[in-house]
Amino acid sequence: MPDTPQRIVIIGATSSIAEHCARLWVAGRSVALTLVGRDASRLERVAADLRVRGSGARVDVRGADLIDPLAIRTLVDAIVRDGMPDQVLIAHGSLPDQPACQRDLGAATEALQVNAMSPVLFAEAFAGHMEASGGTITIIGSVAGDRGRRSNYVYGAAKGLVTRYAQGLQHRLAGSNSRLRVVLVKPGPTATPMTAHLPQRGLAPVEDVARQIVDGSAAGKAVVYAPGKWALIMMVIRHLPAFVFNKMNI
Amino acid sequence: MVKVSSWGRLDSQEHELVALGDRSQAAGRIARDGAGLAQGNGRSYGDVCLNPGGRLWRTTGMDRFIAFDPASGRLRCEAGTLLRDIQRMSLAHGWLLPVTPGTQMITVGGAIANDVHGKNHHVLGSFGDHVLSLRLARTDGGVIDCGPDREPGWFAATVGGMGLTGVIVEAELQLRRVAGPWLVTDTVPYRNLDEFFALADGSEAGWEQTVSWVDCLSGIGRGLFFRANLANIPDRGANYGRKPKRVPFVPPVSLVNGLSLRPFNETYFQLNRLKAGRAIAHFEKYTYPLDNLHDWNRVYGPRGFYQYQSVVPREGGQGAVHAMLEAIKASGQGSFLAVLKTFGARASVGMMSFPRPGVTLALDFPNRGEVTHRLFERLDAIVRDAGGRLYAAKDARMPRDLFESGYPRLAEFLQYRDPGISSSMSRRLIGS
Repeated sequence: MPDTPQRIVIIGATSSIAEHCARLWVAGRSVALTLVGRDASRLERVAADLRVRGSGARVDVRGADLIDPLAIRTLVDAIVRDGMPDQVLIAHGSLPDQPACQRDLGAATEALQVNAMSPVLFAEAFAGHMEASGGTITIIGSVAGDRGRRSNYVYGAAKGLVTRYAQGLQHRLAGSNSRLRVVLVKPGPTATPMTAHLPQRGLAPVEDVARQIVDGSAAGKAVVYAPGKWALIMMVIRHLPAFVFNKMNI
Repeated sequence: MVKVSSWGRLDSQEHELVALGDRSQAAGRIARDGAGLAQGNGRSYGDVCLNPGGRLWRTTGMDRFIAFDPASGRLRCEAGTLLRDIQRMSLAHGWLLPVTPGTQMITVGGAIANDVHGKNHHVLGSFGDHVLSLRLARTDGGVIDCGPDREPGWFAATVGGMGLTGVIVEAELQLRRVAGPWLVTDTVPYRNLDEFFALADGSEAGWEQTVSWVDCLSGIGRGLFFRANLANIPDRGANYGRKPKRVPFVPPVSLVNGLSLRPFNETYFQLNRLKAGRAIAHFEKYTYPLDNLHDWNRVYGPRGFYQYQSVVPREGGQGAVHAMLEAIKASGQGSFLAVLKTFGARASVGMMSFPRPGVTLALDFPNRGEVTHRLFERLDAIVRDAGGRLYAAKDARMPRDLFESGYPRLAEFLQYRDPGISSSMSRRLIGS
């Protein structure tokens, strides 16, 4: 029996982690990919690469506004009209400059919109469609969302919001016996162009993080720390009493 | 600033790292920065890929395929694409790279800039022989598309040009047809250099890949001759074998030393002598054995290691190789990784390409400071007298006069240099 291609939608498909997930997906079974992002010409370059890697993979791209709720609703409805997704990966985000967010509320607003509001609205829009049909929505959060830290608490707050949102959505779906799974991924520091200027020691290879995201999504895990050691590290960090934690410069 | 070292791990110095990610923005970024050096996957052993105190444009994030035609085997890709990724993609269509070195964990840009070679040099030449075109971004904002028939001067300067003519942003490569990933291999022990040269010459016509392991402590040049051909057996689906292992930490002293080397070489020689003969092997396992041992360069300890790779013309070559092996034996240095191979009688594409007709000897040496440098000076003298050259991709210390005598097209090459690009090596060997 020929495989029906798995239909996968990636929001923020030019992000390095998302791109490496896509590479794993096209290398596996037959897939039809929809890549969504802000920069259509960059998306097209990513799509061309994926078409070569997964010969026969159908890859289409949609440049889109990722902030406006009405635009998000219209876009998600249009994607679903083309075919109900089996897998959605919500991967967009930006690493804001914390001191800039403290000085400039505009920068803080933008960081919160891109890293918290937008991913949540995308997840909500897809969940509405997929609750009945089932499938998997994978959202990329961060270990930074587990506890606020002075070095990046605006980003951490945004990712914390995503964490609470994913928990709530998982709770709702469990209550309705839906076959839709929501997977929250919390990558630790990963070697990507976003972190290329930093010392590379201790950064996880992006291929490894992508592998864990793809495997965790297939397994329908509620929370995936990538790499797995961060589950332990963050459990300790979350439970440190404030008088200890506040002395740490992290 | 971030500390960066090359594969030899001799030292670790501060660099400003800039990731090139999107090829459409690379040229603009390079022109805005104005000064720096491209670095791929950092697998060059010495200082050709280092620019201490300056900028490194890391190309590994620029690793997208642009187009592949499964009918003709022509591939366009970004310069940061790993050779491994190319072969794993193309094998499914019945194509592989014609030429690869002993690792596939290197980028296309690095393979071109060092004009790398493999075991099949006598049949297929070096990497540059299969580059159809490349795009070079210069620090003055210029973008040059060149190939064997288009701007051939720029092409010949850039192939083997050590990254000094501009930043290679993308390339088009001609792959070669294969039936599958399998090789027919043959292992033949040899007792001395006479036997080695007889085997090498006798294998050229019938075998596409030839290389040998030489026991660097033997003096007389005993070793194991490995030859292989592509097998006419189709692929049975991707099977990349065992999970890679990793050298987990840097040992406090080099694990390769006078105590370990002799028993290791003896065991390796005797074991393979017993296993000599024909076999079938997967090309990845046979051609890139160390790719499955991540961070293997750590075994040489905190002081790192040098690789010394020379090529000398065949005329007088046997004497030169013998003299080098004697000098190495007398010094008691060296390592398990010692390779002796003949190059085919063909000229390289690049003005500064390493391969030339002759015989090449490559050895790792744990860095023991002054003692190691004294040995290198003795080896330099032998190479110089034989009219040979050293391989820039491996080098961290060759004297300038040996570079100049080994690369007679240097003056011509320098006309193509990008004045904004400089490396630790170029400052050492060219003066800027």
